[in-house]
Amino acid sequence: MNGREGRVAEAFPAAPGAALAVVTAAAADRSAPGATALEAARLALLRDLQLAFRKRGQLVQPLAFFAMVTLLFPLAISPELSRLRELAPAVLWIGALLGSLLALEFLFRDDAYDGTLEQYALSGQSLTALMFAKTFAHWLLTGLPLALMAPLAALSLGVATTALPGILLCVAVGTVALSLIGSIGAALTLGIKRSGALLSLLTLPLSLPVLIFGARATQLAVHGASLLAPLELLGALAVLGITLAPLAAAAAVRISLE
Amino acid sequence: MNWSWFHRLASPPHVYALAARLTPWFAWPAALCILAGLWGGLVLAPPDYQQGDGFRILYVHAPSAWMSLMVYVTMAVSAAVGLIWRIKVAHAVAASCAPIGASFTFAALVTGALWGQPMWGTYWEWDPRLTSELVLLFLYLGYMGLRAGIEDTQRADRASAVLAVVGVVNVPIIHYSVTWWNSLHQAPSVMRLAKPAMPLPMLVPLLLMLLGFTLFFVALLLVRLRGEVLARERAASWIREVVSA
Repeated sequence: MNGREGRVAEAFPAAPGAALAVVTAAAADRSAPGATALEAARLALLRDLQLAFRKRGQLVQPLAFFAMVTLLFPLAISPELSRLRELAPAVLWIGALLGSLLALEFLFRDDAYDGTLEQYALSGQSLTALMFAKTFAHWLLTGLPLALMAPLAALSLGVATTALPGILLCVAVGTVALSLIGSIGAALTLGIKRSGALLSLLTLPLSLPVLIFGARATQLAVHGASLLAPLELLGALAVLGITLAPLAAAAAVRISLE
Repeated sequence: MNWSWFHRLASPPHVYALAARLTPWFAWPAALCILAGLWGGLVLAPPDYQQGDGFRILYVHAPSAWMSLMVYVTMAVSAAVGLIWRIKVAHAVAASCAPIGASFTFAALVTGALWGQPMWGTYWEWDPRLTSELVLLFLYLGYMGLRAGIEDTQRADRASAVLAVVGVVNVPIIHYSVTWWNSLHQAPSVMRLAKPAMPLPMLVPLLLMLLGFTLFFVALLLVRLRGEVLARERAASWIREVVSA
């Protein structure tokens, strides 16, 4: 994988390295700290997106995984659409939870490996803002595609088309919270080899509220009822995550780099 | 006011000696309270008019469940103290708490399941309290797994401290979401004993058991803390003096 990254970097010498240089260099100009923190976060976000689009294979993996999980349920239970419809919320949310868990491994690993995270920590920029940017990029690359795919999966499980916008919305909001919770676990397990099982042990218990409210919202959507109440609770979890998770993730990254 | 006694709590040799001196002062009262509570609960208290003698497992179940939460909060608070003021002893306290708390949680789960068999006719019911207790067990296991995964003690201390603080913020959210989830599925279960209405001969042994379990936890914590301090300071010269003395 490193060889391939190297070749990619040679072919496109400008962007990712340059963004890192700007993030680091922005530290020199401390005259307007608020502006530079935002600018650094924006650059970190762009850098992550750019890097990800050069490895499209990895982008598709969580989606393929999500589709596979959806496929397993009809095979394991029964092909009757009436029964699958009842199970659709569970299938969708367990798929989304496992799919975003699988993608967490990519969140910090490469950056920890090549020293980018260290540079971020040393740059003098707010590491919290940079963590938020990285997590947001991660959501754009995994959570949002999962949310876009959830209506398709729901359709295949016999859910009526009127329910699909609601499902899209609640998976989109829920995956924001999942990415943020996951960023803490991913940052904590940075230095640990073979951390997959540990990462899921750390992340899944904290993700249970998202699963509960998300599945409930989806269930209401499937039955054609108003899903506003659980959706608002999902939104509250996402907002709580936005305010607190980057702080914890930044602290965890600093500890991992010690 | 003289605060030197407080500052000395950050010194490993002082804490080691203090823990050794304090252990019996907690262990003996704990044994007395637990014995008195068990005698009161298993012999003196009248059988419940609905549950018969089955309810007596309450005297182990409720204190275990209470301790499982209290130990987690103790762990998170000492982890936060260690994280903020960089006190090694506080991290040692947090590390000693985790296995004790996990054991209390496990005991609460097992006694809950055993109680469920005569009451609900099944060992496991997805009761909100049992479910959040199970999640709490996973939180403890995650904390201990993270500690075990990081070789460097100081890094393990600080990383697991972040996890404990994140966990303690999440415990109420998890508890209420699980309660909310379950209340959509089934009516309130038999577990609701209407606590304040409990008659005095039943209540007094329960309070004794609660006190006994708390003292027992402190005694266990002091013993484990000495072990932690010994393991962490094994290169220090004061250890040689303590061991040879």
